[in-house]
Amino acid sequence: MHEMSLIESVVALVEDERRKQEFSRVRMVRLAVGVLGHAEPAALRFCFDAVTQGTIADGARLEIEQVLGEGWCSSCHQSVPLRERFAACPVCGGTQVKMTAGGELRLSELEVE
Amino acid sequence: MCTVCGCGTAVSTKGPGSENLIGTHAHDHGQDHSHAHSHDHHHHDHAEGPLDFGKGIAGVNLSGMSQERTIRIERDILSKNDAFAHANRFRLRNADIFALNFVSSPGSGKTSLLVRTINDLRDRWPVAVIEGDQQTSRDAERIRATGAPAVQINTGKGCHLDAHMVSHALDRLSLAPGSLLFIENVGNLVCPAAFDLGEAHKVVVLSVTEGEDKPLKYPDMFAASDLMLLTKVDLLPYLEFDVGACLAAALRVNPRIKVLTISSRTGEGLAAFYAWIAARTAAMIEPPGLPA
Repeated sequence: MHEMSLIESVVALVEDERRKQEFSRVRMVRLAVGVLGHAEPAALRFCFDAVTQGTIADGARLEIEQVLGEGWCSSCHQSVPLRERFAACPVCGGTQVKMTAGGELRLSELEVE
Repeated sequence: MCTVCGCGTAVSTKGPGSENLIGTHAHDHGQDHSHAHSHDHHHHDHAEGPLDFGKGIAGVNLSGMSQERTIRIERDILSKNDAFAHANRFRLRNADIFALNFVSSPGSGKTSLLVRTINDLRDRWPVAVIEGDQQTSRDAERIRATGAPAVQINTGKGCHLDAHMVSHALDRLSLAPGSLLFIENVGNLVCPAAFDLGEAHKVVVLSVTEGEDKPLKYPDMFAASDLMLLTKVDLLPYLEFDVGACLAAALRVNPRIKVLTISSRTGEGLAAFYAWIAARTAAMIEPPGLPA
């Protein structure tokens, strides 16, 4: 259940941000989570309330923006949608597809006051 | 409390090479980090260090600042771990230490492999071990029985080692230049894949008593590893395990992965593993393009 650590890391990044620009409360935390990555949105939500309790992010709303999978197929030289991390190219069937999106795990935005 | 950065890591003091690191870094110390650093503590940019978890709202309440606003951040959630990993890697390279991060499910034979490897290689390289488990020092004790120094990290509820824990473990090992450092991660085929520790390579250990489709079921770990060791191959005559199908599965998720079949009990295949280590350490010490 590394989602617990991931949310702890999110809280640390929020604390960093507070040192840079002062705010007293976080209303919303938005994460960008790739569908082909290793973090499960449901597990992130499950951990969020517990982990943020007593921190600067206590009471904040968690929004998760899912990022769809995309790859670069070196056989047909184009970006193709990827439904599995190691799937073949849906256009030409080639197996030389390098994932270019879908592995994201990013704190993208905060709403603060 | 940790004397390095003040974090919640408790360290027992049984003498060099026999310490345990305990705790999940539940940092509960003050936020100002005003303690002095009298030793070589390589990595702590304290503004960056993940030492503020769970600290709570630290008395900052700006009554005049109630205006709601949106802040773009766009930072990788693992950026703090990656910063520690980067510092570990830099530190290890500077000290000519070749570090491998062994990852696998529980029971794949990681510790037996390390014990055998240490006994076989001790005359060629000094070897030290960082052991990660949720509880107990059993694995570190097995390693110490070989004479090699070992630091045990207990992660408590944690399901993986992170780069910060490893940086503390490094502080407690005195490693000679040219040493091998084996990091045995927590037995878990999922979470450790996401956490770079600063190692030269991740080595995934899979035993033939597990399913040959493990690489497809847990692709992240096999994708993150440079070498796969298929262990316990002395048991193959008693099992219905398709080695070819397993290799095909591993290569599907990671076309660049190198696979070796070994037995820590009989020694089969270990020469190839040692040759792989020798080639990689040589490549690290004498990068191509630089004079020897």
